[in-house]
Amino acid sequence: METELVLLSRLQFAFTVTFHIIFPSLTIGLAAWLATLEGLHLFTGNADYRRVFNFWIKLFAVSFGMGVVFGIVMAFQFGTNWSVLSGKTGNIQGPLLAYEVVTAFLLEATFLGVVLFGRDRLPPWAYFLCCCMVAIGTTLSAFWIMVNNTWMQTPVGFELDANGYFLPTSWYDIIFSYAVWMRFPHMLFGAYLTTCFVAAATGAWFLLQNRSPRQAKIMVTMALGLAAVLVPVQMVFGHLNGTEINETQPAKLAAIEARWETQQPASLTIIGIPLPSQERNILAIDIPVLGSCIDAGDCSAEEPGLKSFPPEDRPPVVIPFFTFRIMVGMGVIMLAVAWYGMLLQARGRLYTSRWFLWVVVACFPVGWIAVIAGWYTAEVGRQPWVVYNHLRTEDAHSPLTLFDLIVSLAGFVILYLAIVSAGAWYMLRMVRYGPQPDDEPIDDSGQLGSSKRPLAVPRETSLGIGE
Amino acid sequence: MTVDPTLAVIWACILAIGFLIYVVLDGFDLGIGMLFGVADSEHDRRVMMNSVAPIWDGNETWLILGGAGLFAAFPVVYASLLPALYLPVIIMLMALIMRGVAFEFRYKATGGYRTIWDLGFVLGSGVASFCQGAALGTLMQGLPIENGQYAGGPFIWFNAFSLYCGFGLMAGYMLLGATWLVLKTEGGLQEWSYRRIRPLMIVVSLFLLVGVLWMLIDYSHMGQRWWRNPEFLLLPLGGLVAAWLLWRSVDRRQELMPFWAAAAGFGLAFVALAFSFWPYVIPPSVTIYDAASVSAAQTFMLHGMAILLPIVLIYTCFVYWIFRGKATAEIEYD
Repeated sequence: METELVLLSRLQFAFTVTFHIIFPSLTIGLAAWLATLEGLHLFTGNADYRRVFNFWIKLFAVSFGMGVVFGIVMAFQFGTNWSVLSGKTGNIQGPLLAYEVVTAFLLEATFLGVVLFGRDRLPPWAYFLCCCMVAIGTTLSAFWIMVNNTWMQTPVGFELDANGYFLPTSWYDIIFSYAVWMRFPHMLFGAYLTTCFVAAATGAWFLLQNRSPRQAKIMVTMALGLAAVLVPVQMVFGHLNGTEINETQPAKLAAIEARWETQQPASLTIIGIPLPSQERNILAIDIPVLGSCIDAGDCSAEEPGLKSFPPEDRPPVVIPFFTFRIMVGMGVIMLAVAWYGMLLQARGRLYTSRWFLWVVVACFPVGWIAVIAGWYTAEVGRQPWVVYNHLRTEDAHSPLTLFDLIVSLAGFVILYLAIVSAGAWYMLRMVRYGPQPDDEPIDDSGQLGSSKRPLAVPRETSLGIGE
Repeated sequence: MTVDPTLAVIWACILAIGFLIYVVLDGFDLGIGMLFGVADSEHDRRVMMNSVAPIWDGNETWLILGGAGLFAAFPVVYASLLPALYLPVIIMLMALIMRGVAFEFRYKATGGYRTIWDLGFVLGSGVASFCQGAALGTLMQGLPIENGQYAGGPFIWFNAFSLYCGFGLMAGYMLLGATWLVLKTEGGLQEWSYRRIRPLMIVVSLFLLVGVLWMLIDYSHMGQRWWRNPEFLLLPLGGLVAAWLLWRSVDRRQELMPFWAAAAGFGLAFVALAFSFWPYVIPPSVTIYDAASVSAAQTFMLHGMAILLPIVLIYTCFVYWIFRGKATAEIEYD
């Protein structure tokens, strides 16, 4: 009964957080991009930036809305499902979450209304500032949640009291730990890259259809240009995260590398199939010495294997091993596409190379795949701990019944699948509808179905009031 | 590393104010969600939705502030209340999801699909309100807590008094919603909203009256303080004044007064309720002092909140000011 409770609680958390992270990954980047576009329009007066803005703001609204409602679930789930964790760590995690709400959630949610509905009610510069507020809010929310998660991964700045409660001793250590400043940029850039590839794919698709070419070119160039710079930076931060894990969570790193035996120097398993029951890998391609070089930055370093940890302290191997490789693979694809795109740009062929534009279209989900795979690596790899080395996941759950969990998990699965399908459908339809054609005056009407040209409905059919 | 009683009281007050802001702000937009179901026409439904579309998201975030604030300042409450109220809380979250996406989806759906999202909007608003009321009713009856964890069964919330409170809060939110519509609409819909106020007032008053008697008879621990501090009877007296102002405002066709009178009524009821609890936060065993986080945590937050909460309140007022004036069916289009 206990085992099933923990398993169902974990499944529910994994399910709800997976569906939640899809939307912030897109909206964090989109918010920053929309603010940039609005600023560019304000600065240059070029109406194309405004048309691109007006196109993306509609997708942003849907994505943001879903992110918010799914996010509310997350804020309560610590208490509903992990009450031992939240009771024992509330003195630390609670204030971090409270700061997230006050600096980030309230800011982004309050100003979102202005960005969606308030353009006509404000002077352009004030409207631009409101766009910036939303972008700042989304960035800060990423920051605080990374502080919170990082504290669970590498707890610092606390002491344990006699009852096992975590009490803060240094907020500075908690918030400004080295790990936070490795992990927060990694998450932020992951979100930016997700947005880059969604935006580039959308622009490429319009170019292939020969629709709204000026706006489509803005999308493709801005998105791939940013990605070309950001992917290498992201890889550096990824590597720094790896060396940080090497020091703080060696068992996680051993699982990521599927390294069973302690080696000096350690080899690197490029790919293979880990068999946890036999504590070995099959079909593995190993490169000697490289493991130590990459993981520790020292080609003669000793790297601990999974067998050096007691079985009850070992994380699962198969999931982190593969999700890590999926994440890195996506990174390589992103780098190739972004750099090749810039090469074509330099030769003046980016907008006409049809095969490449199709490749860009096909790459729309690479950012999401990388973000989700990266999260699975981080979260599964830290098991069996919820607060690393101090509180086990199996001891952290709420005193619930199986009935509670079956009802809630089933409800979430049905509801989320229905809503995400509908949301994806509406967003695709908005993409198909495209930016406003150049020969129409710019329509800044609000996001509700209010204008003469209702959203996402083919132009010919008019959606009148009172139908 | 100890709990500071003064800080605990300060935080209890901050959180009480936070929850009150939530109840009033999301109260009126949840109420409009329920009234949406009985609106006369598509035109009216659009106006109703538009009257809250730019602000509902910010309103709902106050609920997260309440949750996170509890987690931070009173972790024992967060960690024992939420498992005790697991199903009502989860169902409320699902209802809020349904209702939240309806704002975006209903205008993007065509034909019969719009009806689905409209239904989701009405049901989501109703169920979320009901669950909040039921959760409050359960908390008023008291919860068994051992070692900072909930020690009861999964259906403690399923009893007559909790369900009664659920329906009561639905009526209360609808009353708030009607007064907001009076403020934000004109013409036929405004008239329609005026006509909803008095019947809803009567229903809410009956709910309150019966609820108070029920509480005094069956859950007498909630009434004890009232016998000791009769001066607090000024609170219900204030409630009568608010009710009188609200009743009169309908005749006078005042636009702003109904909302403020209803909000004041909610505020007074909220303070009265808080007074009945004091110093318990989960009767019959957990006081705010038992549940408080250590002073290192509460101080750290207090420094930030002292600066940030006023800023939040200022920009929230600013955004309400931007969207002042009447809502229309064709928002932002001219």
